[in-house]
Amino acid sequence: MKPAAFDYHAPRTLEEALDLLAAYGEDAKPLAGGQSLVPTMNFRLAQPEALVDLNEIDGLFFIREGERGLHCGAMTRQRAVERSGMARKAAPLLHEAMPHIAHAQIRNRGTIGGSLAHADPAAELPAVAIALDASMYVRSVTDARWVPARDFYVGLFATAMEPGELLVEVAFPQPRPRSGWAFEEVARQHGNYAMCGAAAVVELSEEGAIKKARLVFLSVGEGPVAADQAAAMLVGERPTATALRAAAEEAATKEIDPVGDIHAGPAYRRHLARVIGERVLTRATARANEAPLL
Amino acid sequence: MNQTIELFVNGKKYSRSIEPRLLLCDFLRYDLGLTGTHVGCEHGVCGACTVLLDREAVRSCLLFAVQANGREIATVEGLGEGPQQMHALQHGFWEMHGLQCGYCTPGILMSLVPFLEENPDPTEEEIRDLLSGNICRCTGYQKIVEAVQLGARLLRETSN
Repeated sequence: MKPAAFDYHAPRTLEEALDLLAAYGEDAKPLAGGQSLVPTMNFRLAQPEALVDLNEIDGLFFIREGERGLHCGAMTRQRAVERSGMARKAAPLLHEAMPHIAHAQIRNRGTIGGSLAHADPAAELPAVAIALDASMYVRSVTDARWVPARDFYVGLFATAMEPGELLVEVAFPQPRPRSGWAFEEVARQHGNYAMCGAAAVVELSEEGAIKKARLVFLSVGEGPVAADQAAAMLVGERPTATALRAAAEEAATKEIDPVGDIHAGPAYRRHLARVIGERVLTRATARANEAPLL
Repeated sequence: MNQTIELFVNGKKYSRSIEPRLLLCDFLRYDLGLTGTHVGCEHGVCGACTVLLDREAVRSCLLFAVQANGREIATVEGLGEGPQQMHALQHGFWEMHGLQCGYCTPGILMSLVPFLEENPDPTEEEIRDLLSGNICRCTGYQKIVEAVQLGARLLRETSN
């Protein structure tokens, strides 16, 4: 099918874009990379009255180091992050997750902000953002605020943003000393939506015990699912195989709520969460052991 | 309301008045008559409509033609002059039987052009990873992988 007609605006500045979004309210959609929005328009699942195309706003394309760590403009292409040496160093978990996002041809166009704001429960970036304690910079005509990633996701394809608000930037804190990370997912074919995936961050104390842990899943709930009980179980523990497996088991049995589809039923997704959860915790711990103390 | 766009396709300048909802793939096929770009799934999954936008492979079914205003597009028509002067990649596909019905081939070729510029001597695994973004229902991919390997070799030889 083909999209229904819409008003098309391609502002050159963020201020113009925010004015347009305020004027249209819920009737306008911001157009970032379009790799999720345009398919839904092609099938007429979405028929916005207007599109506010952000692709001409130069100020939204950047990767730089700043006071909150690695800052990415919302329109930064996923491919640009994948190719960025700065991103690999400053946000290695983010960098490791990039090749799992669809295909190169999609990442050439898809954006960091678009994926984060779309809040697809099968998307990699929201889980990574929570695992890294990232924060989102949200603007409207009248307001500007930083929202912690954890508070940004409020349900199925739902975020804390109000109509008229736009995600303009995201910041990923620098890795802590003696911390490690890992990302993994299982899809029927590389590039397909994952049946389950997980991001982990593990920080060790000087004595080698777990000081802080993060384990966040995708595709097993209404949004990214932070397994906080599992993470809390690990704090203060030695990172033994038994402890890591018990945490993954806790997460997979009690903290996720997978819905089945034709590719994988809930039981299989739980199984994947157990296996992938253990793997990412194990790899993250191994990397934390190799990481410099300071 | 129609908008006028100006863009380069395969090095040639075009100017057209179009509706904003017109997809780039349909613009290429219906407004410019460049039917080498094929339309398969219309939601970015099959890869048949892949073209280059400013030298990067993108899905032309997920772009509006208005977004290509002022940009450079390359389609399969720009690769070789014709059967007697095929692009090295096309020669690879011809020689190794890298296609049967050919519907997916233009998208695969356009995905490969920037891939091989960045990585002229890819491993089989890297080739298969790249091809994961293009669906072929005829070949089972083995012949396509061999075609890419030959095409990449021919490209390396001509660039030396």
